[in-house]
Amino acid sequence: MIEIHELTKRYGDHLAVDHVTFSARPGRVTGFLGPNGAGKSTSLRILAGLTPATSGTASVLGRRYADLPNPGLEIGVLLDASAQHAGRTGREVLRVAAETMGLPRARVAEMLDLVSLTEQEAGRRVRDYSLGMRQRLGLATALLGDPAVLVLDEPANGLDPAGIRWMRDLLRDHARRGGTVLLSSHLLHEIEVIADDIVVIGHGRVVAQGTKEELLHDDRTLVRAPEVGALAAALTAAGWTVERVDPADPTAGLRTDASLATTGQVALAAGLPLLELRAADGAGLEEMFLQLTADTQRETAA
Amino acid sequence: MSTLTTHTGDSPATTGAGAERGGFVPAYAARPAPGPIPFARLLKVELRKMFDTRSGLWLMASIGILAALASAAVVLWAPDDQVTYETFAAAVGFPMAVLLPVIAVLAVTSEWSQRNGLTTFTLVPHRGRVVAAKAVGALLVAVGGMLVAAAVGVLGNLVGSALNGTDAIWDVSVSDFAAIVLANVLGVFLGFMLGAVLRSSPAALVGYLVISFVLVPLTMALAAAQEWFADIQPWVDWNFTQGRLFEGLPTDGEYWAQLGVTTTVWLLLPLAGGLWRLVRAEVK
Repeated sequence: MIEIHELTKRYGDHLAVDHVTFSARPGRVTGFLGPNGAGKSTSLRILAGLTPATSGTASVLGRRYADLPNPGLEIGVLLDASAQHAGRTGREVLRVAAETMGLPRARVAEMLDLVSLTEQEAGRRVRDYSLGMRQRLGLATALLGDPAVLVLDEPANGLDPAGIRWMRDLLRDHARRGGTVLLSSHLLHEIEVIADDIVVIGHGRVVAQGTKEELLHDDRTLVRAPEVGALAAALTAAGWTVERVDPADPTAGLRTDASLATTGQVALAAGLPLLELRAADGAGLEEMFLQLTADTQRETAA
Repeated sequence: MSTLTTHTGDSPATTGAGAERGGFVPAYAARPAPGPIPFARLLKVELRKMFDTRSGLWLMASIGILAALASAAVVLWAPDDQVTYETFAAAVGFPMAVLLPVIAVLAVTSEWSQRNGLTTFTLVPHRGRVVAAKAVGALLVAVGGMLVAAAVGVLGNLVGSALNGTDAIWDVSVSDFAAIVLANVLGVFLGFMLGAVLRSSPAALVGYLVISFVLVPLTMALAAAQEWFADIQPWVDWNFTQGRLFEGLPTDGEYWAQLGVTTTVWLLLPLAGGLWRLVRAEVK
């Protein structure tokens, strides 16, 4: 269980995190979604006690992070897989962490096995690791103390498709056993496939949150046709509202509040062929996320 | 900007869906909170971290290697009448005095320069305890290193005198040795202070080299040229007061007052400020 309440972090006159409130519940995977620079990493660093908050609170299992007597046994944190002493071997990184938590040495071998780092790879120094290997090592460190809560910042970075699949199964399984999983990503698809609950953050603020079903649900219809303009005109004439999915790209099609059957009938009556006709599920979330991302890109370009 | 509503309360779907879908196994439900991490364990971990990288290991090994080389050099090249323990102690002591503060610098700065702190401080959220463990660890290594060096010096003196066919001369008293230990402990704290204040390996190492090797000849020259500075130097120049310890244990009370003043101003106050910022700084 993670509870974040009115969390705020100000750098000068820039609000990196702006009154963020959400919780991640046991038995569920919570996806923390937002474009780069939206305030995800800062929020997670505050949660882990690495960055002081300007105001607001964050708690893990009902306690402030700093009040956890031996945090590694209750919460596994992976914020940046590259943040390791480059001169240490992978195995030594795990041994140091295991010793800090007071775990038996055998646990290190178990974790190496779990994340598929071979004996030989574990004996190499972290500076010679690929990002994917560092990510696996970081995950092994987070899982070492068998914590109930996992917090992972962009854990899919650097993993190959098989690795991403493996990690997904691992996190799903963790939640299935009653654990709490909070992971961040700047990729909507990544969050869609794994999360039960989604928190969307942009410009430091939570812009939407709920279960995946709630957020993806959209009553409207999505329709694509070669003659988008004519179809839009026909639907409008029939009294339905219509909007372009992407004003710059006619092939992206239209969204309308007409039902699937009605849309088909209108097209038939107008003699317009269709390329695609389906429920607009998820389109709203995608639209909002694209908008957030575009805003951010404009800001960084400016 | 969004057409989506924001859900903050518990909806039925969020409270029970996991249980219905996945066959809820409450493996993590209501586990007792673990016990706290004892300081002895932190100390062990921090000591381990000083030796477990290639650079750390070589730094430690170099203390022993340089002590052996320095002793060998005295045996081979020192004039017979200078083959005494004091010569060995001086030869062995110099690399020690240079290297021990470096160990202290790196023990602190590697958490930041190598970004290792991200893991360290999430596993132990009380940075003060980690830093205290590092301080005690650096101190233990310093004292241990000096004992090794002293033993190498003893061996060198025995071998050197045997080769010369003379009796070994032991002209370093216990109080001399205590003074050297104290000087090196202060050196370790200088490194520790620089590490805590600058939190960057290159910056702290450069700072250390400047203080120990650039500042010393400059203040010496200044004291030689300007009498007023020569008069106040013992009260303002920490290098000067610390350096006197290598010439034996001073017995005058004024010296200890001078050491106290310079150490407080140049070491303790910056260290306190550095630690105050260190426990609050953002770890990125």
